[in-house]
Amino acid sequence: MAIENVNVKVKINGKERCAKVEPRTLLTHYIRDDLGLTGTHIGCDTSQCGACSVMVDGEVVKSCTVLAVQADGSEITTVEGLGDVNNLHPIQQGFWEKHGLQCGYCTPGVMMAMVGLLKQNPDPSDEEIREGLEGVICRCTGYQFIVEAVKHAAQIMRESEVQLVGEER
Amino acid sequence: MIPSKFDYVRVNSIDEAIQQLKQFNGEGMLIAGGHSLVPLLKFRLSEPGALIDISRISELKGVRKEGDRIVIGALTTHFQIANDPIVKEYIPVLSETVRQIGDLQVRNRGTIGGNIAHADPAADLPAAAFVLDAEIAIHGEDGPETMNIDSFIVGPLITMLPENSVLTSISFAIPPAHTNAEYLKFSHPASGYPVIGVAVVAGVGENDVIDYIRIAITGVGNVAYRATSVEEKLLGQTLSQTLLKEAAQLAAEEGDMASDLFTSEDYRRNLCKVYTERALKSVFYSN
Ligand SMILES: Cc1cc2nc3c(=O)[nH]c(=O)nc-3n(C[C@H](O)[C@H](O)[C@H](O)COP(=O)(O)OP(=O)(O)OC[C@H]3O[C@@H](n4cnc5c(N)ncnc54)[C@H](O)[C@@H]3O)c2cc1C
Ligand code: FES
Ligand code: FES
Repeated sequence: MAIENVNVKVKINGKERCAKVEPRTLLTHYIRDDLGLTGTHIGCDTSQCGACSVMVDGEVVKSCTVLAVQADGSEITTVEGLGDVNNLHPIQQGFWEKHGLQCGYCTPGVMMAMVGLLKQNPDPSDEEIREGLEGVICRCTGYQFIVEAVKHAAQIMRESEVQLVGEER
Repeated sequence: MIPSKFDYVRVNSIDEAIQQLKQFNGEGMLIAGGHSLVPLLKFRLSEPGALIDISRISELKGVRKEGDRIVIGALTTHFQIANDPIVKEYIPVLSETVRQIGDLQVRNRGTIGGNIAHADPAADLPAAAFVLDAEIAIHGEDGPETMNIDSFIVGPLITMLPENSVLTSISFAIPPAHTNAEYLKFSHPASGYPVIGVAVVAGVGENDVIDYIRIAITGVGNVAYRATSVEEKLLGQTLSQTLLKEAAQLAAEEGDMASDLFTSEDYRRNLCKVYTERALKSVFYSN
């Protein structure tokens, strides 16, 4: 019996998208190769580094550890959905102003993980931010600045009551 | 890394899942959160002919109190359990345990049923399951049945889950009101999995006599185990620091200590004693 490809339909960064893929396709490959959104990175491919983190139905997950078919019908936000140069999301503003990145490779995943953290805890302590960073690895090891960036972002969001992504369902 | 080819079906009920398992005749595997299975698929350590996705079966989700037990649906995620008000009120040690699993992203995806069914020797949950006398509810071809955790997990990645069946929920005993509980973990710094995890539920009655004690240890060998010789040493005795120290010395007795590239057998044996003593002290002396 031949294995049939499956239609995977998602709403990604507000747009309906669809692609026919093999059931074994990883969500991260679906997003990058089939939908052409290469902001989501692959760092380790073994569930450790978190560079591939995206929001699925409002929860941050490692997209290299989820099958695309499992995400069929869901709402996804990737780093491209946060904001652009003229209209930065508070987390991007935080990273910009507090120098939260060096080479930038881990940054999309770290930002998505931190959006996920702030959704669960809008006013995290330094320790809670560091705990939240457990699932991401920054090879440039700029963690101190990342913590500063997240605190800054949290403050902006609390003050302006900006809607977090992945809220609307 | 790309898994081998497999078929995929999504099911919406337990009966449908069992039917599909039968249909694929030993070639089909259930997938819930996928956070133990997908890594195995990617390494091609597991090459099923088909994945049967149970993750959207709503009757397998959620937490409820039933008499003196807390029943948790197999698909309830680690994050949901960590933050569930019923779990926090009646069995806070479980919430404390799942809060220490992996990381934020893993806890959002991984499920309690998948964790127990996978029976990873380094998983956190089995320790809590032992001290809270967990009963595993299973639905198979012949209907529902239950098994106690101590007969369910029999080896590394080996359980007594019958063919063509689904783990539907896990129920935990609410410990007596006068007891305290603790889960202490020494994590592997890279993977986050426990090198050792010790769970304790214990209490003292009149005249400081220890009248309730359950201790379980995970991560050190092939399977999690109840440290019964520690329990026997403590039960009915008058609480003292010396007694706890002596009892903790027995902690490594029941388990087969693994020796691998992380740690030697001797080091694990020592961790057992140190972490058991710390967990006991915390339970008996913290408040
Ligand atoms: C980076 C990383 C770090 C982790 N760290 C830890 C840690 O520190 N501690 C820890 O305990 N765990 C850890 N885990 C494992 C995690 O907790 C998994 O989520 C869990 O072990 C499996 O749950 P799942 O829902 O993802 O199961 P899946 O991966 O979907 O399934 C696992 C196995 O169980 C079977 N199965 C699943 N659900 C059922 C069911 N209802 N009935 C019958 N069979 C079923 C599947 O067929 C499969 O064989 C980690 C995982 C990752 C990726
Ligand atoms: S690429 Fe997914 S966790 Fe590293
Ligand atoms: S900024 Fe270089 S890996 Fe994090």
